[in-house]
Amino acid sequence: MNDFHTDPMFPLLYSVRQRVRENDDTFTLELEPSAGEMLPAFQAGQFNMLYVYGVGEIPISVSGDPSKPYRLIHTTRAVGSVTRSMADLRENDRLGVRGPFGSHWPMESVTGSDLVLVGGGIGLAPLRPAIYHIMANREKFGRVVLLYGARTQEDMLYRRELEQWRSRFDLEVYVTVDRATGSWHGAVGVVTTMIPHAPFDPLDSVAFVCGPEVMMRFTVQALQRRGVTADRIYLSMERNMKCGAGFCGHCQFGPFFICRDGPVMRFDQIQDFFGKWEV
Amino acid sequence: METLEEVIVEHPFFRGLRAEYVTLIARCAGNVRFAPSQYLFHEGEIADRFFLVRRGLVSLEIFVPGRGPVSIQTVSEQEVIGWSWMVRPYRWRYTARALEQTRAVAFDASCMRRKCDANHDLGYEMMLRFAGIISYRLQATRLQFMDIYSLNG
Repeated sequence: MNDFHTDPMFPLLYSVRQRVRENDDTFTLELEPSAGEMLPAFQAGQFNMLYVYGVGEIPISVSGDPSKPYRLIHTTRAVGSVTRSMADLRENDRLGVRGPFGSHWPMESVTGSDLVLVGGGIGLAPLRPAIYHIMANREKFGRVVLLYGARTQEDMLYRRELEQWRSRFDLEVYVTVDRATGSWHGAVGVVTTMIPHAPFDPLDSVAFVCGPEVMMRFTVQALQRRGVTADRIYLSMERNMKCGAGFCGHCQFGPFFICRDGPVMRFDQIQDFFGKWEV
Repeated sequence: METLEEVIVEHPFFRGLRAEYVTLIARCAGNVRFAPSQYLFHEGEIADRFFLVRRGLVSLEIFVPGRGPVSIQTVSEQEVIGWSWMVRPYRWRYTARALEQTRAVAFDASCMRRKCDANHDLGYEMMLRFAGIISYRLQATRLQFMDIYSLNG
């Protein structure tokens, strides 16, 4: 009999408790253990492998609160056969879950620093657990700034939470869209344009960045122009993951495996091959 | 009380500008304010000024028949608006409208062009600074154009 606590290839059975439509092609699933056993607690930035029985398995970042590991929350886009099947799941439907895998945002080593969180599109999902951790331990961090960019206001994730975070006195939230639609009267432009004037001290800030890789590439450039050094920039990387546990090599990224050495990676460790087409 | 020269030299766009040039260009400048929804300029009008935004948010818009004014970019505090004053035929390419209470320093275009014609070192300095802004905005616009958050982005 497999010891599911030590066998990373053994999925546990989870049930869908709630399904929330975030926008036209993005949804959030809230899962609970359905057979008594639950996965170990996750840390902000890690991911699970979600298995739709008979269809397939994919990696998805955990986007819930790390202090509440019983209910797993995952946000994803319906872009392929597995995620489209997942989008059709309803309350009480079951799926397999393995994890948590990968590295995490370095919350313990950045205490005392200012934090700049830069998210683009669905990239806000892997950052949300870090935001929950920060808010639960607010006194441990300096100034905290969230910069979020989306295609349009209709594509924004977690709109209600963004508004709640924005209303706090100890968290600064700046949002921009690529295209103004409807009654949008806020900032228009890519998220990188907010970096030059965002209120953080570049000499004492750590940046967490998550979004499409091209967005992360230009975000890193903007952060570095501002004065944030490469060893204080963390990216959540993505590659085609299959096993999630460092066995198959599908997610190789230079000398690293994203599933094992990432997804959260410090930029100075990957800058020599980041952005190279052949990697 | 802060002088116009102090305001100019503290703005990121003019940071590091030689003091003698600051004095020169300050003679072309003045404080301006715009209420929310007030227009700074309209597309097609003579580009008679450029602005250092000190506070507020300005939307750059294009009128699209059937859709009305479409905001293509916003410019916030510590940024600069307008380079059409440097490029013939000196006509605004977009409309600019304040989204919030906005304070800026406006520079008269004719005055600036005269000073740059008379002092080519000043002119070169202005060209360098605006070239940097244009390059930055072009890169940002290309990224916007790529639609990076779409399914294939």
